[in-house]
Amino acid sequence: MDLLKASFKEIASAVKTKKTSAVEVAQFFTKRIQHLDSDLNSYTSQNQDVGLEAKAIDDRIAQGEDVGPLAGVPFGIKEMFCTKGIKTTAGSKILENFVPPYDATVVSRLKNAGITILGKLNQDEFAMGSSNETSYFGPTKNPWNTKCVPGGSSGGSAAAQAARLAAGTLGTDTGGSIRQPAHFCGIVGVKPTYGRVSRYGIIAYASSLDQAGPMVSRVDDAAMVLEVICGRDERDATTSDQIVPQFSKNLSNSVKGLKIGLMKETMNSSAIHPDTQKTVQAAIETLKKAGAEFIDISIPLTEHAVPIYYLIAASEASSNLARYDGVKYGHRAEFQNLGSVNLDDFYEKTRGEGFGPEVKRRIMLGTYCLSSGYFDAYYSKACQVRRLLTNQYLDAFKKCDVILSPVSTHPAFQIGERISDPLAMYLNDIFTVSTNLAGLPGMSLPFGLSAEGLPIGVQLTASHFEEQKMLNVGFALEQSSPVQGKIPHVY
Amino acid sequence: MSTNTQSPPLFRGYEVVIGLEVHAQLKTKSKMFCSDSTVFDAADNESTSPVSVGMPGTLPVLNRTAVEYSVKTGLALNCEIRKVSVFSRKNYFYPDLPKGYQISQYDLPICEHGKIQFKVGEKENEYTKTVSITRAHMEEDAGKSNHFGEYTLINYNRSGMPLLEIVSGPDMKTPQEAAEYGRTMRQILRYLDVCDGNLEEGSMRCDVNVSVMKPGAAKFGTKVEIKNINSFRFVEKAIEYEIDRQIDAVEAGQKIVQETRLWDPDKNRTFSMRAKEDAQDYRYFPEPDLLPVVVTPEMIEKFRKELPELPSLRAQRFVAEGLPEYDALVLTAERELADYFEIVSKISKNPKAASNWIMTELLRELNSANLSITKSPIRPEFLGQLVKLIDGNTISGKIAKTVFLEMWKSGEEPEKIVKEKGLVQISDTGAIEKIIDEVLAANAQAVADYRGGRTKLFGFFVGAVMKASKGQANPEMANQILTEKLNKA
Repeated sequence: MDLLKASFKEIASAVKTKKTSAVEVAQFFTKRIQHLDSDLNSYTSQNQDVGLEAKAIDDRIAQGEDVGPLAGVPFGIKEMFCTKGIKTTAGSKILENFVPPYDATVVSRLKNAGITILGKLNQDEFAMGSSNETSYFGPTKNPWNTKCVPGGSSGGSAAAQAARLAAGTLGTDTGGSIRQPAHFCGIVGVKPTYGRVSRYGIIAYASSLDQAGPMVSRVDDAAMVLEVICGRDERDATTSDQIVPQFSKNLSNSVKGLKIGLMKETMNSSAIHPDTQKTVQAAIETLKKAGAEFIDISIPLTEHAVPIYYLIAASEASSNLARYDGVKYGHRAEFQNLGSVNLDDFYEKTRGEGFGPEVKRRIMLGTYCLSSGYFDAYYSKACQVRRLLTNQYLDAFKKCDVILSPVSTHPAFQIGERISDPLAMYLNDIFTVSTNLAGLPGMSLPFGLSAEGLPIGVQLTASHFEEQKMLNVGFALEQSSPVQGKIPHVY
Repeated sequence: MSTNTQSPPLFRGYEVVIGLEVHAQLKTKSKMFCSDSTVFDAADNESTSPVSVGMPGTLPVLNRTAVEYSVKTGLALNCEIRKVSVFSRKNYFYPDLPKGYQISQYDLPICEHGKIQFKVGEKENEYTKTVSITRAHMEEDAGKSNHFGEYTLINYNRSGMPLLEIVSGPDMKTPQEAAEYGRTMRQILRYLDVCDGNLEEGSMRCDVNVSVMKPGAAKFGTKVEIKNINSFRFVEKAIEYEIDRQIDAVEAGQKIVQETRLWDPDKNRTFSMRAKEDAQDYRYFPEPDLLPVVVTPEMIEKFRKELPELPSLRAQRFVAEGLPEYDALVLTAERELADYFEIVSKISKNPKAASNWIMTELLRELNSANLSITKSPIRPEFLGQLVKLIDGNTISGKIAKTVFLEMWKSGEEPEKIVKEKGLVQISDTGAIEKIIDEVLAANAQAVADYRGGRTKLFGFFVGAVMKASKGQANPEMANQILTEKLNKA
């Protein structure tokens, strides 16, 4: 079996039927990480116990136990997810040595389904960034071109998956953090409907926007992961009790009669790179040939999505990150004589040392937005527009099943190109943040390469809890994708 | 009885305005937003979990019982219950606040616009006071900082404890009214069984806001908050002290500083804890981790039906059943005491006697043994039976006191004690006559004196008969037969 190409179903089946073992599969990827990651920097730490965990799965199989649909499939986990006994840093100095005594619900569900954990994946600090350059542990590089960024904030996940340094990876998406790096690295990334997946144990960035999802090589793999991680969790009051469909079993490439919306505001943007235009156009042609119907739609408020997103996300973040104060866990500044230190100085030095510049920028922005006198003008207003934006989406979904758009205006940019210009960096999220604001499911899958050989993806968005429709369109596209299964040549 | 519409009382020519904030710790088994136990005496940091110490990625999940208790309290305080109330985050940094924000309710609290009534003063000065309840909202408690000079240790057991903060209107005009408001609130919370009301253990906490102003002033004076007063007597004393302090300051031409003060019960004074400089900006915003709290009309109806009879109504009913008002108030002071009384009354079918036995004998013994009514060695059913034994002439009232003491010691049934100790009252005419004849025969001289006109000796004969019968002769019958025999001559 070619582990670089095998689907989760194939790996799990081989492990269960003892054609291979969970230990062998884990070793295969562990070795790849050791040989290939020094240049990419996609992993922040490796799980020293992965061999033991894999062995335990093999033992259970030997005893005739059903170890779950993902038996022995090795995963890399973004640093945002708490993993019991494994360092969880959120890409920040302030949590450099934090080892949680609990698993995020998503992680424990995947473990129960049989995965092994290879290690933790690099990311922008507290998921604040679109290039993976804000990580305290150094930038991750794009395996297609190591001069380029892998995107962010789940850049480590995207790079590791693209280079096949894991069979599957997990990411989180607050404003595009799964879809944009998936696009930059040529993999499949899915952000489910808000409320579909438990946020328990996922380090909070912006609570009303954060969702976890799979970053994998194939649509059917994504569907399998979603089946495992979706569904009500008693530990997260915002999870929905909507029934979770059997996404992988229901997967169908038939798009005949399906109505696909093209949003005026994104399709006509002059900011879009010609290669991106070409890729999106090719996807449209493919779907047309397969019998899908295209209609024009308009969601005028997407024009304001980026500022709304940064107001809401920063506001929530300023509160969510208040707990990192050096009192209970994480980094604490050193003082000559702690007993005589003023409390404010203690906080200032600890947080001043622990957080990087981008995190500080967003904490200050959010604190300002929530301050008395500004709350109504910024936070409240942003929430109002957010509601209206959601309504415009819901109206659009009365006319179409799925919306197709670019993920980002450009393919991956170069490391250092935008890091000093936060505004240019923020505008990178222009096509992805609306989905989070409206709580909709979205996905990105590769459909072309730029002239420079960098991957280009297309984005699909569906109405709330309509992941299946979106996955089906993705499945149809994948089968005609010129880059499906392509791995950057050095890997 | 007067009402509180009259012009307010003045202190050295100043009008006083008082409002109370009561923090009631709800008696749920687990915390507001996680499953940690709420036991009071857990070891330091034993009742904690990743959620209550604010570990990364953890999320709050609302305790439904806390909502039920809050709604019930709101109903008992005549509040409007908000159909959709919202939790907000109150952001501030302090080491015992593990998340850097407190989950509380801000602009959309669960209860609003209520009122309670209670009596203040005694006898001819007694009047009924009405105090408005501005709001009652749910929130979580913070941990506890213990300062040791050079260092501070934090116990997070209290972090996340469920609280209902009940805010009164600025309606109280005297220290007595404020203390009585607090007592009434405590009584209601305990009747509802939603809060222990233990000020010393901190399961109920009182913050008092006090200001003074010249009568008819357009604006209230600057208010000062007094925190953490652990008895209602101290509430009264602290306010008294604060009124004087503030009037002194105003008279001396000083400005009252808006600040938080603490009560020092040893020195009988308040002292400044911290100035409220510029109003702190808590940057409230809706808690995105929790859904709005929906209370349906069906839930409200269900909770309303489950409400116990509240103390004021219960006292009224006791009066209607024949108790003096004073007895009714004493017996309804605590729900458990009223429950006890009701059982004694029901078994004995004699409310007045039931009340007398509880108020004199039982409460005296309980007080001297420092026991609460729930720890009474005498079960209410047995005390009821004792009253019944007296009313059925099985034992005399005097013997009953002996039986009562025996019940206190052994916890036994009164009938068993009466039988075993042979304390049954002698109501047989022949037997009593026989005893009387013997007494008269043994005291011939006294009989002669009596018959010669010294009728005062009657008491002596009664005593002698009761003594000869070991107190068991039916006193009425003994009296009657004795009268007949002595007067026969």
